[in-house]
Amino acid sequence: MYTEAVMDHFYNPRNAGELADADGVGEAGNPVCGDIMKIYVKIEDDRIADISFQTFGCGAAIATSSILTELVKGKTVAEAEKITNRAVAEALGGLPPQKMHCSNLAADAFHKALEAYRQNRPKPAPAAE
Amino acid sequence: MERIYLDHAATTPVDPRVVEAMLPYFTANFGNPSSIYQEGRAAKKAIEESREKVAEILGAADTREIIFTGSGSEADNLAITGVAWAYRKKGNHIITSAIEHPAVLETCKELEKHGFAVTYLPVDEYGLVAPEAVRDAITDRTILVSLMHANNEVGTIQPIAEISKIVRAKGVLLHTDAVQTAGSIPLQADELGVDLLSLSAHKFYGPKGVGVLYAKKGTRLHRLIHGGAQEGRLRAGTENVAGIVGLAKALELAAAGLEETVPRLAELRDYFINKIFSRIDHVKLNGHPTRRLPGNINVSFEFVEGESILLNLDLEGIAASSGSACTSGALEPSHVLLAMGLPHETAHGSVRFTIGKDNTKEQLDYVLGVLEETIARLRAISPLYREQRGRKEK
Repeated sequence: MYTEAVMDHFYNPRNAGELADADGVGEAGNPVCGDIMKIYVKIEDDRIADISFQTFGCGAAIATSSILTELVKGKTVAEAEKITNRAVAEALGGLPPQKMHCSNLAADAFHKALEAYRQNRPKPAPAAE
Repeated sequence: MERIYLDHAATTPVDPRVVEAMLPYFTANFGNPSSIYQEGRAAKKAIEESREKVAEILGAADTREIIFTGSGSEADNLAITGVAWAYRKKGNHIITSAIEHPAVLETCKELEKHGFAVTYLPVDEYGLVAPEAVRDAITDRTILVSLMHANNEVGTIQPIAEISKIVRAKGVLLHTDAVQTAGSIPLQADELGVDLLSLSAHKFYGPKGVGVLYAKKGTRLHRLIHGGAQEGRLRAGTENVAGIVGLAKALELAAAGLEETVPRLAELRDYFINKIFSRIDHVKLNGHPTRRLPGNINVSFEFVEGESILLNLDLEGIAASSGSACTSGALEPSHVLLAMGLPHETAHGSVRFTIGKDNTKEQLDYVLGVLEETIARLRAISPLYREQRGRKEK
């Protein structure tokens, strides 16, 4: 039911764990549905310098979280931001149809992490008049 | 890699002695049991001998009480829909429970669309139906009570004999889905006091595609399949002769082996449960501690999700099942676990292991090791486990 890429990311997840000094953390899903994804980002020079995930969920949920971190790591924020849940699923060679909605939320969690980063970032000082 | 199969509640391998008994009915004895010539008569004889065997093992008073069907689900459908339409003039109320197999629940839901009223009784935290609740639910419109003998997911065994006394005193028919108990624990329709009982051959080392509905003499049924006089006019269609022979042989072998297998499986089950609890923290046993099928283990591992556990076990050669939404093909986790009051996230983390006659203690030890590693690995990447640990440290 799963592609080899899904099984690979499920069994050998990349960038799993917490990021202690994250600049932004985003979460998607809920325990009632059985999927929660948390993405941690570290931004340096407007790039995704480091990223990690924690996921409670099925094989697809773990694999999508894992591959998302690989897809955006090192990219500029502007570039990385364009990632969609669909692109994540495609990078895994597809997901079973019933998994497309409930377990494919990694990009949502990532977008929320970037949003949190923007809110956390010290505001640039207003230009002197 | 040697595979370790721990999903005997889903299905079982066919016993070689059963295969051997079935084989002639595919080839040499291929006749249609409805034909009057020798080939037909031989097939008919095989069916009737099988019927006698099944009747005897189930404690039926008459061989006509045994109706061969195409599955356990079909037997459930025939029992419920068959009684509903045959007794429609007497009443339109059916009582069942919230934890029944979909073959019962969805049949009841279908009848609700046709003017029948159904009461779905709740269960307690162990999955037990209270006999008093059955008594209180019966009205003068009630025609049938359908309660499963043992639950397929959590293995809880219902007090059917006790419930039967209440139901019979009110003059209502009682059906039990015994698909999980036939071949697993002693099963006698007369001792249980039921009017209808369903079973399925592939759950006790028989072939798939054949089941039985026991219907006590005098119980009227409306047929579901039209077009032939087979099975007392209750089920049209040329009989699955080899399947029926296989079912009878498998039931005979199961009944003969019960005295030895029940205590052995129960011992393995309790060993496995105790080891899980001593080696892994944040675990919950689902179902009743003692009123439980001998081979059933159902546990929830908190902070992790069932499908991911199953995938991991499968990679290590182990077959088991889960009540998580992902494995049911639905969005909701197991209706049985939710009815027992489990929170969604705990239900998502449930795993069912069902031990069969060929499993060994050595296999279970291997599974325990893999399970311990799997849960640790998945918890290490679970945000819920981190939060739990964080709370503890504070």
